[in-house]
Amino acid sequence: MWADFLQRAIMQGIPLLYGSTGEIMTEKSGNLNLGIPGIMYVGGIGGVIGAFLYEQNTAVLNPFLAVFLPLMCSILASLLMGLIYCFLTVSLRANQNVTGLALTTFGVGIGNFFGGSLAKLAGSDVPSINLTATSNYFRQSLPFAKDLGWFGQIFLSHGFLTYLAIAIALGCSFVLTKTRVGLYLRAVGENPATADAAGISVGTYKYLATCIGSVIAGLGGLSYVMDYANGVWSNDGFGDRGWLAIALVIFAVWRPNLSILGSILFGGLYIIHNYIPDLDVSGQELFKMIPYLVTIVFLVVTSIGRKREAQPPASLGLPYFREER
Amino acid sequence: MREEVQREVPAIRLEGITKRFGNVTANDHVSLHVDHGQILSILGENGSGKTTLMNMISGIYFPDEGQIFVDGREVVIRSPKDAFRYKIGMIHQHFKLVDVFSAAENIILGLEEKGKYNIKQYTQRIRELCEQYGFDLDPSRKVYEMSVSEKQTVEIIKALYRGADILILDEPTAVLTPQETEKLFDILRRMRDDGKAIIIITHKLHEVLSLSDRVSVLCKGKYAGTVNTGETNEAELTEMMVGKKVSLNIERSKVKDSKPRLMVTGLSCCDPEGTKILKDITFTANSGEILGIAGIAGSGQRELLEAIAGLQEVEGEITYIQPKTGEKENLRGKTPLQIRDLGVRLSFVPEDRLGMGMVGNMDLVDNVMLRSYSKGKSAFLDRSDSRELTDKLIRELEIVTPSVATPVRRLSGGNVQKVLVGREIAAAPTVLMAAYPVRGLDINASFTIYRLLNQQKENGTAVIFVGEDLDVLLALSDRIMVISSGRISGIVDARSASKEEIGLLMTRNVKEKEEGGEEQ
Repeated sequence: MWADFLQRAIMQGIPLLYGSTGEIMTEKSGNLNLGIPGIMYVGGIGGVIGAFLYEQNTAVLNPFLAVFLPLMCSILASLLMGLIYCFLTVSLRANQNVTGLALTTFGVGIGNFFGGSLAKLAGSDVPSINLTATSNYFRQSLPFAKDLGWFGQIFLSHGFLTYLAIAIALGCSFVLTKTRVGLYLRAVGENPATADAAGISVGTYKYLATCIGSVIAGLGGLSYVMDYANGVWSNDGFGDRGWLAIALVIFAVWRPNLSILGSILFGGLYIIHNYIPDLDVSGQELFKMIPYLVTIVFLVVTSIGRKREAQPPASLGLPYFREER
Repeated sequence: MREEVQREVPAIRLEGITKRFGNVTANDHVSLHVDHGQILSILGENGSGKTTLMNMISGIYFPDEGQIFVDGREVVIRSPKDAFRYKIGMIHQHFKLVDVFSAAENIILGLEEKGKYNIKQYTQRIRELCEQYGFDLDPSRKVYEMSVSEKQTVEIIKALYRGADILILDEPTAVLTPQETEKLFDILRRMRDDGKAIIIITHKLHEVLSLSDRVSVLCKGKYAGTVNTGETNEAELTEMMVGKKVSLNIERSKVKDSKPRLMVTGLSCCDPEGTKILKDITFTANSGEILGIAGIAGSGQRELLEAIAGLQEVEGEITYIQPKTGEKENLRGKTPLQIRDLGVRLSFVPEDRLGMGMVGNMDLVDNVMLRSYSKGKSAFLDRSDSRELTDKLIRELEIVTPSVATPVRRLSGGNVQKVLVGREIAAAPTVLMAAYPVRGLDINASFTIYRLLNQQKENGTAVIFVGEDLDVLLALSDRIMVISSGRISGIVDARSASKEEIGLLMTRNVKEKEEGGEEQ
């Protein structure tokens, strides 16, 4: 049962890890992108559209294309969302909170619209699409994983998106702390005026970090549909995972490598109610609250601690404009 | 040989530089130059355009007119990056540092270096630079752990690390203790001897005289001339800095029936970091008199007014004397509401009009009502009184507005100020404090404000007027109190004082032992 719980916790946590890694990269540039839930949703539906169209138009699936097409569609869709956010907040200097919330509403609407349309195309009565064939390719794990007992079940039974998520998180951590690009990016998020005076192009960094962050977050939506939900898209099935990913950013104190552990913890807390016997519905809902409670407690603790490294980027949420005095 | 030829032309030369912000000209055809191995001071009052000028050299602003020559070649500096390329380094008054980064990380920020990112290697080079010029700095320390002077050191090393040959320092001593200032000057002299061209912006005369080789003076955005430090003195520089006396036709009525209204004794206050901003301020504001306050910007004027208005925590005594009964009320430690409940009619026109004085998104009537919102007993707002008052203000002060329902942020600065001053005066104050009430206003609007202040004086109000234009202060006030670095450096009679006298007081360093004996 422990192995089963941990395996499920990791599966549950991976979409959160994508979302939080993407949001960390975005926030490090000083952009507070509250559109992450919408972007993840759009990333998911993008992949679903790609997979659906491919499945509909070919009799036999090519394993490479079956993975590649949904992946590209997902990336493109979330990149577009990131560009909208950047254009509004960086180029037009719109309010970041409002823009982000609007994107979330917009993204969920777009997702549900296409979800409904595809279901109609598929001739289904309920707004849900079944893409098991594609999902099987995504969930392909190492063949010998089953033979390794609990170790195989916990660590090796996952699809490639899981390992990609961890690799991206570690890669982002490396970039942020060990490279010049990471140093400049952090400077932009901490103090754009300083970065500007040092000759760093603030706008470019904000655009790049936010768009890359959006793509990473969008992959979280894809991994949810293809890995976790076994290729079944149902409208609003994604739930509040997007917000949980944003909470995870705070919990991971803006460090993608900590986010790996945090995501598994949050994933576990998210499903723990299934593993506690004799819980009624209200009890389950109480347990679902735990990740948020943990985040709030953690916020209180870090705020009291006032350790400078554990604080959000200093100019998070503020637009930057050079000529202002 | 070629190297020597280059040394003969100035390191940097400005020719007819002009910069305008809207219809305000910040720099009007300024020309100056600095040679290698020379320290040039740029001297001027607040708002004389010193910082704007330097920002154009360092690529923050772009000049509207004029040319810049580096080593004899004309250059175009469009961004800070361009400035680095021409080996120009600027140390801003407000440091441009990332707090959570270490000194070394801040120093290499934005450098275009190829190869591996190796912080150890950079640290080594920074250490070498420190040794060469005698800096005392640990490159791996985080900036937020540093003192102001250490942060400044980081800024200077940042410029040197980039190979700066021309170093610009914007008021570098404003935040330093005298000991730290001496240390900085030693380092600057060493850099000068190393062949660097150094420009230092300042308004402290004694620093100019002790440090620089030449002084260029700006006066209200215009270039007033350059002199060799060895051939000048404080009096001559002050005269250049404040300019010729301009006669303004501001009426000044005789002071009549003047009685002490507000007595401030031994007032001191600190900023959130614990540095003293006001030190032992003692003065009396009398009824029927305008007390002008002069000083370099940031000498503690704002804190003084806020302290009286009950917005600052202070030490010392603030005593108000009731006009009718002569009763004394202590205002220290009271909130603005408590002060009002004592029957003290105190009006305050803050320098930050739309930030502290009014709400930009609310219309004229609502802004006028901010003063009287708690009047009446009904739960609903009664706008009729405020509306009447607003109409009256618009008529009498010639406020230009589309309607009374226009958000005030859409009005011009002058009209915003008229609404604000009008509202404060309508409360029939016994003490009226106005901080820079004519800043950014055109000449007509300014005169309206002067007239209103004079009216209040004639009505027997004690008017405290913080100004920056010495001509206006001299023409309008009855007495002028000069503040220098949070201390009173003198209180003079505005009818007999000269501009030079006030200019000297503004830039004077008041010594601890001189305290007290300065009254009138």
